[in-house]
Amino acid sequence: MDRRNFLLGAGAVSVALASRAALADTGAPPRVLLLVELKGGNDGLNTLIPYADPKYRELRPSIGVARDSVLQLDEKVGLHHKLEPLMEAWKARDFAVVQGVGYPYPNRSHFRSIEIWDTASASSQTLSEGWVAQAFKGVPLPRGAGVDSIVIDTNALPVTGPELRTIVMQDAENFLRAAQGLRDSAGMRDSGNPALRHLLDVRHEVNAAAAGLRDRLHDGASPAFAYQDPGFGRQLDLATRILMAKVPVIAIKVALNGFDTHANQVPTQERLLGILATDLAILRRNLIAADLWKNVTVLTYSEFGRRARQNASGGTDHGTAAPHFVMGGRVRGGLHGTYPSLADLQDGDLRYSVDFRTVFSTMAQGCWGVRADFGVRQPHRLDLLST
Amino acid sequence: MMIRLDRRRFLGGAASIAGFLSLPLAARASQSMGFDEARHLLSRTAFGPIPADIQSLSGIDYATAVDRMLANPRRAAVTPAPSWVNEGLKSVREEQREAVEKLRAAGTDKKQAAGIRRPIQEQGRELRNWWVEEMLVTDQPLVERMTLFWHNHFTSSMQKVRFAPALYHQNALFRREALGNFATLLKAVARDPAMLIYLDGVRSVARQPNENFGRELLELFTLGEGHYAEADIKAAARAFTGWSIDPATGAFADHVRQHDGGEKTFLGQTGRFGGEDIIAILLRNPHTAETIVRKLWLEFVSLRPDPDEVKRLAAVFRTGGYEIKPLMRAMFLSSAFRDPANRGGLIKSPVDLIVGTVRVLGLPVPDKTGLVRMMQGLGQLPFDPPNVKGWTGGETWISTYTLLLRQQFLRRMVEATTVASMDGGMAMGGGRPNRRADRKQQAPADGAAMQQLPVEGRSLRNAGETARLGPTLTGVDQEALVRALLPRQPIDGVDLAAAPGTVVASAMLDSAYQLK
Repeated sequence: MDRRNFLLGAGAVSVALASRAALADTGAPPRVLLLVELKGGNDGLNTLIPYADPKYRELRPSIGVARDSVLQLDEKVGLHHKLEPLMEAWKARDFAVVQGVGYPYPNRSHFRSIEIWDTASASSQTLSEGWVAQAFKGVPLPRGAGVDSIVIDTNALPVTGPELRTIVMQDAENFLRAAQGLRDSAGMRDSGNPALRHLLDVRHEVNAAAAGLRDRLHDGASPAFAYQDPGFGRQLDLATRILMAKVPVIAIKVALNGFDTHANQVPTQERLLGILATDLAILRRNLIAADLWKNVTVLTYSEFGRRARQNASGGTDHGTAAPHFVMGGRVRGGLHGTYPSLADLQDGDLRYSVDFRTVFSTMAQGCWGVRADFGVRQPHRLDLLST
Repeated sequence: MMIRLDRRRFLGGAASIAGFLSLPLAARASQSMGFDEARHLLSRTAFGPIPADIQSLSGIDYATAVDRMLANPRRAAVTPAPSWVNEGLKSVREEQREAVEKLRAAGTDKKQAAGIRRPIQEQGRELRNWWVEEMLVTDQPLVERMTLFWHNHFTSSMQKVRFAPALYHQNALFRREALGNFATLLKAVARDPAMLIYLDGVRSVARQPNENFGRELLELFTLGEGHYAEADIKAAARAFTGWSIDPATGAFADHVRQHDGGEKTFLGQTGRFGGEDIIAILLRNPHTAETIVRKLWLEFVSLRPDPDEVKRLAAVFRTGGYEIKPLMRAMFLSSAFRDPANRGGLIKSPVDLIVGTVRVLGLPVPDKTGLVRMMQGLGQLPFDPPNVKGWTGGETWISTYTLLLRQQFLRRMVEATTVASMDGGMAMGGGRPNRRADRKQQAPADGAAMQQLPVEGRSLRNAGETARLGPTLTGVDQEALVRALLPRQPIDGVDLAAAPGTVVASAMLDSAYQLK
């Protein structure tokens, strides 16, 4: 890169120095939460299948997963066969499934429910800051590489808030090129204009992040195993490069789209679960190979599960609770929580058994050592992560 | 990219700031406000003022200009309404159900599914395009700005309402009272079908009052947090029970038998209150006017409201019977608004940025869908505020993400056909010989939207003397172009010796262009 061209201007020298200093202050590798949003509302009943329950057949006469194809985890539940690539992690005990994750007074709007999850709010409450940002309220972060969280997706809400310096990018090359179009604004004067001050601060943030990422990613190694899916796999590829480059971020977010299966659900969900499992299994192998698996925790989430009874179009409509996956080198594998009873539905929907905010609270404590209960009165943390 | 080494030619730095300011002073007649103040007034009340508009305003007296602007506000849109605005709720829902059935039947057959339009989504798209068209063609942009302000105050979203005709009529109400009377507006909003759906008034009955509207009425629409108790919300909710909509037409309906006619105590007063009584009490409370004035200040004046001035203007507002015009007049004539230090003190909203840029460049954009998608990418999709609080606006418009996206949008606008090359770029994941093709495949929703923007193919930046500027910008010299496009001196510098097309491109890509 032509640094002279890029850093020309008043702030050039100080920025160059600052980024050098930032590179030096790397201590222990950061513990990173990798959020995987399953957009559209993944059908939990066909993900972790209560195969032994006769009610399951009754509710899912045509789209139910055949008992003999289920990957049985215990005598009651098992994984969809497309999740087979994750069985390696299951056997290694670093893959956990949290059952019945949801919240009281569930909202069935995609838009509103994902906002509830992303901001860890109560159903009736509107918050504007993401839960990860809330967890870091008053907690000093190492200023590291000029960026605290990276979103390889369009929805940045979980990591949105004044506490975090978040960068949203679809791919690193485009981001770095776009950042290069903005000269660094450190040292530029704002003439007491708060709007201009903000603008210059954001510009500086973009530049600091780009500076922190550029050299690290450039020098960083490539993942040992190639990802499969052109969309989701590409996101995980960038996430892996960021992790391997030891960019000191606390969270990375990726997403897999298309789970809103109102009609003809089976082929769609099978394809998506296949993509998810295949590339998450490759992520695990890559991070083990790079000796990073202990520093990373993968957490899936989705705005809601789907209704217990299938609809007339071979699909399912918006529902409530669903199982979610937690993976990582420090994860206590196995089943956590209890499966919602199919005999005790509420207006045809599953009753949640684990409030998603206790999962978040567990992640905040286990990944970053910060306490946050997200307004849950009696937070009982799950035994998901070892120290 | 824009960096030329001949620093003397740059605007920016102490010497050139003086040069920047000296011209209007010299040109100023005794009564005329001058170019820069005219620009300031227009940047806050119009969209992307074009040099000719600034020029014509600059010759007249400031107060006269403000009075002229407020004299005869348009009360209805110029753009013809979409065809479906009088369709009933029942018929839209039925059509939607049919379309969804057909889509289900089509399943994964993409060919078959492609021809099926769901009316709710289709009408929503047409509604947004209709409003963006109105913002582009109106001769009274202040009315559209005020309409947008009321939309952001009395929020309702397509996401929840799922009935575009009601949102169209709500938008018409906001335009009719844009510069009319706030009391009239508030009363109408409480009976507005889109609002009744959005905040669950339709479900609020004596037996089971829904508090959603009552809560937001007090917290967001009038008093503001801290000026009422939970009991007041409950009392208000009871008072509004029975106000609902006709399930067939979707029009307002007063279901008297669902109304709770019992005694309520609201903000210290007791009576058998109905909805009108609650609104009357709220209009007598001084906090209501203060809430509105503070919000208008943030929208039109600066990011830091002056509490004393807010109180003063709120008193003007309340004692004047909530007439909006005199309030806006007082605001535009206030010393805070006119303070030169305040120029460039606000951040353009996505609507501002996009509508303003299209207007300034005089770009023909027959289909507004690409513009609307860009607005969504930048965080302001009309008819879909993020939640009941509306768009937070101000500094939050610009994040690391949206700043880069804004720059990308502007680059597309100024050079539709070329892509900036990356100096000594570092390739991630191997070389990419065909970046554009790559990006097309990988582009997420926002990126895709930009590719589809129907921009006339001309590159302002690289075409030099041959760049064709639209009629909005032709014949204007470089210095006037920069002064028209930017509210303050450029942040990165603009080379005034360059061709006019290049100057326009650099000014639009300068960070100062994000300000107004």
